[in-house]
Amino acid sequence: MTYIHVPDNLPGIRGLMVFRPDTAKHLNQLAEELLRSENSLTRGERELIATHVSYLNDCFYCQHAHQALAGYYLACDFEKLDEVKANPDQANLSDRMKALLKIAGSVQKGGLQVTPDQIEKAKAEGATDREIHDTVLIAAAFCMFNRYVDGLGTEAPLDREFYKNRAEARANEGYANYNPEN
Amino acid sequence: MPYINLENKLTGIRSLVKYRPETGRHLYALVRVLLTGPSTLSKGERELIAAFVSSRNGCMFCTESHASAARILFESEQEVVDEVLENGTSEILSIKMNSLLQLAGKVQVSGKEVRSEDIERAKGCGATDLEIHDVVLISAVFSLFNRYVDGLGTSLPENSADFEEMGHFMISNEYKFHLNSNP
Repeated sequence: MTYIHVPDNLPGIRGLMVFRPDTAKHLNQLAEELLRSENSLTRGERELIATHVSYLNDCFYCQHAHQALAGYYLACDFEKLDEVKANPDQANLSDRMKALLKIAGSVQKGGLQVTPDQIEKAKAEGATDREIHDTVLIAAAFCMFNRYVDGLGTEAPLDREFYKNRAEARANEGYANYNPEN
Repeated sequence: MPYINLENKLTGIRSLVKYRPETGRHLYALVRVLLTGPSTLSKGERELIAAFVSSRNGCMFCTESHASAARILFESEQEVVDEVLENGTSEILSIKMNSLLQLAGKVQVSGKEVRSEDIERAKGCGATDLEIHDVVLISAVFSLFNRYVDGLGTSLPENSADFEEMGHFMISNEYKFHLNSNP
């Protein structure tokens, strides 16, 4: 049961967005810019960073909503991403992407956990300053979203098909003008 | 030295939003609503939550700048700021505000740390749904800012007195986003 009064048919962040549209608007615009706008990191790579951080924060709703989106963009099986989000080092990813996910994992623990070695490694694998910036901010943003969604005790459908079934429509709709009631 | 070339000599969050205004403008707009928009929590109380969470995250830039704003807003009771940074609570504050600080402290650790008892306690002290919502989101948002500022190794001001000036600017500017001057 969500700790505050939100529409009970809207799980996860969606009920919170209806409860407080003044903050929802900016949260959605931030997500649009970070996860969907023009970028040398693909939409799939950025959704994977969001999924990994949400997995580390154990946020069921965010982790599966973004895993489904990552699967959609990367044309990769949802189930296969169970392994990737848990152990990106063992996954079939570029060394650049592995280095960026390592930074994201440190950000999840705390900003001061990121080490100069991790940054150097990412640069050596070809990551640009802008990619490192966006990785840190995506990871930090999901430390916010995950706390928001779980800290207010929102409901999350346990059937993972729910998230898979929504991914394509969510990818087409984007975040900027997202209607949480759909 | 920041971990990436931010192409400016600003400090903390200011250097980051100057480097990447496309995301910076939305971050500032969010904080503007949460910390300065209409609310039954005073601006001082909201800056205090921001400073408290930042302190728990060990983020010196955010702690010092928001503590400075909170001290200015609490006027003659500014010792409340150091008490909260040290103990997470203060007798100067209402029991409602103390219960909300406790809630913010849980969210700082993780969303999963919050239990229904924490919410019931805050409601029992008179906190409304909107106040609870906003406190959780403020704590979550500073969990973002603190990681962003420290995760990219941004610079601190050379002079600690600069934080006082920053506090005054934050209060008068109310987090309006300026692309071509110090945000």
